[in-house]
Amino acid sequence: MGGFLLVTIQVDMHDRLALTLQDDLTSMVVRHRARGVLIDISALEMVDSFIGRMLGTIASMATLLDAITVVVGMQPSVAITLVELGLPLKGIRTALDVEKGMAALQTALAENEDGGDEAHQQ
Amino acid sequence: MSGPKSKLAEILAKREGDITSAWLELQAKDLKALSASEQMDTARKSRQFMDALKSASREGNLEDIAAVHWNPVRELLSDLSAGRAKAGYSPVETASFVFSLKQALFNILREEIANDPAALADAVWQTTLFIDKLGLFTMEAFQKTREDVISRQQQELLELSTPVVRLWENVLALPLIGTLDSSRTQIVMQNLLDAIVATRSDYAIIDITGVPVVDTLVAQHLLKTVAAARLMGADCMISGIRPQIAQTIIHLGVDLTGVITKATLADAFALAIRRSGFAVTKGGKEAKETNEEKRSAAGAI
Repeated sequence: MGGFLLVTIQVDMHDRLALTLQDDLTSMVVRHRARGVLIDISALEMVDSFIGRMLGTIASMATLLDAITVVVGMQPSVAITLVELGLPLKGIRTALDVEKGMAALQTALAENEDGGDEAHQQ
Repeated sequence: MSGPKSKLAEILAKREGDITSAWLELQAKDLKALSASEQMDTARKSRQFMDALKSASREGNLEDIAAVHWNPVRELLSDLSAGRAKAGYSPVETASFVFSLKQALFNILREEIANDPAALADAVWQTTLFIDKLGLFTMEAFQKTREDVISRQQQELLELSTPVVRLWENVLALPLIGTLDSSRTQIVMQNLLDAIVATRSDYAIIDITGVPVVDTLVAQHLLKTVAAARLMGADCMISGIRPQIAQTIIHLGVDLTGVITKATLADAFALAIRRSGFAVTKGGKEAKETNEEKRSAAGAI
């Protein structure tokens, strides 16, 4: 979708599924040369520390492959659980829904390109 | 056992008027501070109570006040103590309603069974047990009403103290008032996150002007709320930090870097508006007037 990947998590994540997702996503980013990844977790009602950590690792992997990750649609209860677990997901961009996430991705990419151009000019 | 029991019931039926008037007199002595209307009310309730008592004692056992035919008496008593609890009577004043009946009854009993000491002692014992039971029941009802009042107030306090206000398109404010503890933080967090989802807001301002003390725990709670709001995709700012509190936070070594903090709610609001792409300008009639004033002032010079 315009250089972006959209991942929607529909079922309750279990550990093996999470690892598969991690695998698929990294290879897809490389194959489609995606610049941004949107992870929609609005259907996710329960998280544990593993899933929380996995979201973090996916984001850092995508950053390594030069794609920006935005986690969208987090449920209030999930947000509270993550904070109580001590996993505030520092360094991950978040947005309320897919629409806002897309806007956030676009602005972030624009900023990145501006920054890149300036660096180039110097 | 049936002798003294029926004796008491018999005396109740026979000398009801005397007992009631003696009782009312005793109550009036106990409750001197009452206004006229309150005294009237008490007298009315006492008469109702005596009526109920008489009919109940005629029907059956004085020992078991939980039985069905005591229902009217129990209802009257719980009504009375609930009313008194709400009106702010002391427990002593409430209990004296029933306990002053004891003295009135004893006096009448002494007159009626003067020539048989054994029967008198029996009847007195019976009456004591009976009145004590009623008294305990009254106190229980009184206490229960008080507890209901307290728990309702607690609930109201919780609801009152955590409003989420929509200041502008995409900007929410959460004015916190009072001390923050874990349970309140939980509610505050839940309310804020729900409001963020409902209004699709991008900015949330937590105003702590009304928080009297900020210690490490409160700061921790604030940081958690900010982190949770960020996970929902909203930018969170903290405003209303008083000089005293700024000093405390730094002395405690609480790390608030990474959180936008502003001295006043107005500053935070201005920032939120600017970030969401709006600009505040002075316009309309007032601005025009000021300009004209300036011009006329310049002309005069």
